[in-house]
Amino acid sequence: MLQDKDRIFTNLYGMHERTLAGAKARGHWDGTAGIIKKGRDWIIDQMKASGLRGRGGAGFPTGLKWSFMPKESDGRPAYLVINADESEPGTCKDREIMRHDPHTLIEGALIASFAMNANTAYIYIRGEFIREREALQAAIDEAYDAGLLGKNAAKSGWDFDLFLHHGAGAYICGEETALIESLEGKKGMPRMKPPFPAGAGLYGCPTTVNNVESIAVVPTILRRGPEWFAGFGRANNAGTKLFGISGHVNNPCVVEEAMSISFEELIEKHCGGIRGGWDNLKAVIPGGSSVPCVRAENMRDAIMDFDYLRGELGSGLGTAAVIVMDQSTDIIKAIWRLSKFYKHESCGQCTPCREGTGWMMRVMDRLVKGEADVEEIDMLWDVTKQVEGHTICALGDAAAWPIQGLINNFRDEIEDRIRVNKQGKVSIAAE
Amino acid sequence: MLRRLHHEQPESFAFTPANLAWAEGQITKYPEGRQASAVIPLLWRAQEQEGWLTKPAIEAVADMLGMAYIRVLEVASFYFMFQLQPVGSVAHIQICGTTGCMICGAEDLIAVCREKIADKPHVVSDDSKLSWEEVECLGSCTNAPMAQIGKDYYEDLTAESFAKIVDELRAGNVPTPGPQNGRYAAEPLSGLTSLTEYDSGKTQYNASVQLATDIGDTVKRIDGTEVPLLTPWIGKDGTVAGRNAAAPTPKAPATGKTAAQQAKPAAKKAAPKKAEKVEAAPAVTGKAKKPRTMKAPRKAGADDLKQLKGVGPKLEQTLNELGFWHFDQIAKWGADEIAWVDDNLKFKGRIERDGWIEQAKTLAEGGETEFSSKVKKGKVY
Repeated sequence: MLQDKDRIFTNLYGMHERTLAGAKARGHWDGTAGIIKKGRDWIIDQMKASGLRGRGGAGFPTGLKWSFMPKESDGRPAYLVINADESEPGTCKDREIMRHDPHTLIEGALIASFAMNANTAYIYIRGEFIREREALQAAIDEAYDAGLLGKNAAKSGWDFDLFLHHGAGAYICGEETALIESLEGKKGMPRMKPPFPAGAGLYGCPTTVNNVESIAVVPTILRRGPEWFAGFGRANNAGTKLFGISGHVNNPCVVEEAMSISFEELIEKHCGGIRGGWDNLKAVIPGGSSVPCVRAENMRDAIMDFDYLRGELGSGLGTAAVIVMDQSTDIIKAIWRLSKFYKHESCGQCTPCREGTGWMMRVMDRLVKGEADVEEIDMLWDVTKQVEGHTICALGDAAAWPIQGLINNFRDEIEDRIRVNKQGKVSIAAE
Repeated sequence: MLRRLHHEQPESFAFTPANLAWAEGQITKYPEGRQASAVIPLLWRAQEQEGWLTKPAIEAVADMLGMAYIRVLEVASFYFMFQLQPVGSVAHIQICGTTGCMICGAEDLIAVCREKIADKPHVVSDDSKLSWEEVECLGSCTNAPMAQIGKDYYEDLTAESFAKIVDELRAGNVPTPGPQNGRYAAEPLSGLTSLTEYDSGKTQYNASVQLATDIGDTVKRIDGTEVPLLTPWIGKDGTVAGRNAAAPTPKAPATGKTAAQQAKPAAKKAAPKKAEKVEAAPAVTGKAKKPRTMKAPRKAGADDLKQLKGVGPKLEQTLNELGFWHFDQIAKWGADEIAWVDDNLKFKGRIERDGWIEQAKTLAEGGETEFSSKVKKGKVY
């Protein structure tokens, strides 16, 4: 188990002083100017060496992403955009950073922006996080007052502005190009890539979009050294990570743990076990709504990192938003609700997604009630395959995967329900 | 999802002075020429002030930002937090219904709403105080089930505790937001399993709840005076430090005309049209009148009507069938005749738009137009 001294977010629950003075007392904003003076290349090399993979779900190496930004300006400014549009069902980790440990993020934004030659960064926070926005803005105001932002930020010689911007309730704006569109004041419809944001992003300028957690861990990694960070977790899955465990555990919580912790340890140590014991576990969605669910028997010994969950279980770590479901859960309905979510949140730009999400939800509707034919399960599978990979952004994939996970893992349950419905209630009573 | 403006709209909208100052401050966050970026924050403040987003508010924001109305309407209807219909005068309650909350009992909360507020979402209760809707994941999954009321999250709810909150709101009270089961924030309910030495218990509430109780504006209509207006990014010299004058952000390409831009040319166009109508007035009877037609072309042969810009082979055939073979026939059409041909061609307005009459006059007199010379050279057909 990770020790407190190795935790980056030492005020995750907000029980300690949340002000700048409190943050400084916990070691943040320590020697920031010194880190920046070591130069752009040093920072990017250290980030690469730390093995940090993006915390927003896709797990792309953060240092590598930064290195795609142009080294010299061609006359256009560069931008860092921080994705705080935390909307993936199950995910609630960035909220805790922004309201309780905001200075980790602000300091990270300064260092990351410098590394990318950006004088301006925008944080795009989801519209519903109103108090979190206020708390984060208060911290930003405080940092400006203390000279940590603005001209010659933190006496580093780098001029830097950090602006807080918010959305208004569109899940799709968590997709980086949709987020950029939204930040430009338009509907959040994803752009075609290429050009990638590093070439032409916000306002047509070189832009990098990073998750809140990816940026907030940067200062600590640079202070403690990449070896320290890489010392947690298996190879290629380095570091510590915020896990958000929700659903049918005795004590749902958000907690920082080492990567590659086993699922059992995570649940037993922090969540007080599965509600009703391990035999009562039915299924787990280990990485937010977009990844396929995993059956209980495969989950207990699972290693919570990118490669194990994808490679061994065909699921994914995603945002490490663990949704636990016990035997009382109607798993078909649980996945149906996700289908409804994706139908609601499809931006409507690409036909396979706009039409497909509605289609999938309507079939799922009938599967929940059992009012379908067994062949329709395969038909639904075909539809998910026609949506997956045929859209501009990954929302189509994300809508398809939970259903594929359901069919792969719980086909027997769907078929049973159809059979029961066909035979009618009388014959069940007779059984 | 189809979202439209409400059928009943107020006469006007204006930001309160403090909200206006706030809005102007927000616009300075974005580079010059990119003020459209501020559209969501401004629309949101308009909604916070009025309770819902009205058409005059959408237009006022568009005018402030120099955007076309349609671009702002697009944004207002795309983002689900914008309420396009009136909401309860006290509060609009949003229940998170996505899987994480659903498996923890969100459906029970919705049942409470149906019973205590209105059977359907987005319907204002009989006493007009409350309304509700089911929303998608609000990002508080470890504190499920939960609801957003006004600015705040009410977390770790049960049907009973939620029903109590609804009753309190109706009675004019604002219950303390945050976890309702004794939890502080997102830590394990049974006690800390990490960060134990940081449990200093200095503040009574977590950051969100502390702000809610300090400012006390959970369900208030925001007028901008609640908190002081701060724009720390504007330095003492009045400039924004991170904005490099040597490397300015490229200006936005024109995507649409603003209301002001649209109004001007329209006014110009309208004027000469009126004049035309006055001139033609004696001829206009308001009814379409069939012009003189011919059963066959004159002996010299039909004119090549395709030399008229806007007439292709197909239209020429139709015109011939109607009995038009020569430029001078077309040149003689008045307003009523144009209306008749328009009706028969099913190309409303094309005759005037492409200026057939003027072209036909020129061609009938033996002249040439730019287009006819191209046709003659074989460049068109």
